[in-house]
Amino acid sequence: MANPLTPVLTKRWTEPRSWTIETYERTDGYTALRKALKAHPDQLIQQCKDSGLRGRGGAGFPTGMKWGFIPQGDGKPHYLVINADEGEPGTCKDIPLMMADPHSLIEGIIITSYAIRANFAAIYVRGEVLHCIRRLNAAVREAYAKGYLGRNILDSGFDLDVVVHAGAGAYICGEETALLDSLEGRRGQPRLKPPFPATAGLYAAPTVVNNVETIASVPFIVNGGADWFREMGRERSPGPKIFSLSGHVTRPGQYEAPMGTTLRELLDMAGGMKDGIPLKFWTPGGSSTPLFTAEHLDVPLDFEGAAEAGSMLGTTALQIFNETVSVPWAVMKWTEFYKHESCGKCTPCREGTYWLVQILQRMVRGEGTAGDIDTLLDVCDNILGRSFCALGDGAVSPITSGIKYFKDEFLALCDQNSKALAGANA
Amino acid sequence: MTQAQETVFEQDTVDKARAIMARYPQARSALLPMLHLVQSVEGYVSQAGIRFCAGQLDLTEAEVSAVATFYTMYKRRPCGEHLVSVCTNTLCAALGGDAIYAKLKDHLKVGHEETAGEPGTPGSITLEHAECLAACDLGPVLQVNYEFYDNQTPDTALELVKALQNGEKPAPTRGAPLTDFKQAELQLAGFFEGRDADLDGPSAAAETLRGARLAQEKGWDAPAMPENAEFPPIPEKK
Repeated sequence: MANPLTPVLTKRWTEPRSWTIETYERTDGYTALRKALKAHPDQLIQQCKDSGLRGRGGAGFPTGMKWGFIPQGDGKPHYLVINADEGEPGTCKDIPLMMADPHSLIEGIIITSYAIRANFAAIYVRGEVLHCIRRLNAAVREAYAKGYLGRNILDSGFDLDVVVHAGAGAYICGEETALLDSLEGRRGQPRLKPPFPATAGLYAAPTVVNNVETIASVPFIVNGGADWFREMGRERSPGPKIFSLSGHVTRPGQYEAPMGTTLRELLDMAGGMKDGIPLKFWTPGGSSTPLFTAEHLDVPLDFEGAAEAGSMLGTTALQIFNETVSVPWAVMKWTEFYKHESCGKCTPCREGTYWLVQILQRMVRGEGTAGDIDTLLDVCDNILGRSFCALGDGAVSPITSGIKYFKDEFLALCDQNSKALAGANA
Repeated sequence: MTQAQETVFEQDTVDKARAIMARYPQARSALLPMLHLVQSVEGYVSQAGIRFCAGQLDLTEAEVSAVATFYTMYKRRPCGEHLVSVCTNTLCAALGGDAIYAKLKDHLKVGHEETAGEPGTPGSITLEHAECLAACDLGPVLQVNYEFYDNQTPDTALELVKALQNGEKPAPTRGAPLTDFKQAELQLAGFFEGRDADLDGPSAAAETLRGARLAQEKGWDAPAMPENAEFPPIPEKK
């Protein structure tokens, strides 16, 4: 039975000057790389499959399987692209990881690139996090200087170049094919799938796109082995996970715990609800995952547990709101976000989010009509599953789940006498 | 290249643009960093900046404009010495982000993506409300030139902005000593020369380290790794 907290990825964060290569090497850094380069690449892919590691960017796709989809011996260049475009509302785990311990990501990149036979990797990091970009660039320079990057890495015959690429402010670029278009110097709009990036990704060549936390886990799996990794978490969602607690909690922050930990357990470690004001609603993994309420305090937070309870694990970004916050107001704010970030490529999302904002703003102003709730749900129905990418699906999550659990609050807004409910009251 | 352009973008910028292109297997991948580069020269992406990128990458101006207008961080009007971005996404807003933005708007007498003062002159400030800045455990947050000022209130934010207007550069909570918007854009283009000391700017807030510190206090750790974890055998080809 694992401890309530299992610091693996976050363990180095408390070291002095944790971001330097000196600290990293002193704390077992780059030992996994030496080990990995002596193995056959297919052994690394198999080990990743055996570990059960699933993507930490929200979708939870099995990482080893993704690597295995890359066709080998096809004569084409292969690429590894790191999705560091962290921007899902509530999500704040990858940025601190890259600021505190950039070398764990870089070591993971080298091992993964060796496994999938890639000689070029890019870290696509959102542009608004300059300090993080600064640290990443410095870490890449350090790794080149020490011979961990470049030609004939550690005399293995393996070559790898890594570039840190700053985005320019577009949430949609967290969608992997939009990210690839953006990395190619285009508008960040999603591509039709198939073909999937594994066969036609960056520059139409086989490409693996993985999240930061996923790839930073790889050196630990190489050193500890698949069975060690499986000692944490649950059967189908193994390993540790960085849970980000934000909002009305006493001690918000990053807590690395085994997959399957519950909000009740996390809240206990975080000192409970701030000022003792009761919990009203929360997101298990960012605003694109349907809301939970106080009824869901004991839902095991792993991919299966969250889904069985009617939501999704997402990015384990736990945004916690107390009773002072109006649900329709929060839903309106999130909807304004999706409207702003909709890339405009497909009609359901572009037009749908626009109208959803209009209706929600009107309701929150206290000018709603009884038909508005039905109209909202009808528009949501025309977005969900009918949009080009998952942004549209995410956009309807707060609305449909908000109405599901807090319909009375929406109804009250349609009553001209209930304007007091409008606004955050925070 | 017209003469007007040459005066805006000197040889140094051309050299930097070529250096960006050399980072990638295909040159067009350089477009996003190159737009950050032209912004570092002019404080926004002007039509001359569009032409410059198009010329370097052998693209049409329409192709570059299509990209430049898609992304929030490329500003099409001249910016102030500093860019102040206030997160008004749901969580920050509920904790006070909306009140912070309202207070700054009121003080600066500008709206979203508008500049108080003559753009580019000392103390001029461009204000914007931003979407989630990935620092939710530290909310409400704002940024100046993309450096983090965490756990703000309307009063601390107002004090900060007044200091910026007076030519002061209060240190960020997380990030390097403050410079200006143009210098930040140069770094986003990937040029950090002579700025090694910036790396030591603080990054680990108490919130960032909460879980790791609590685990230390309680003696909680991940399971011990085995001495010599072996790799699985090479799988047989199907």
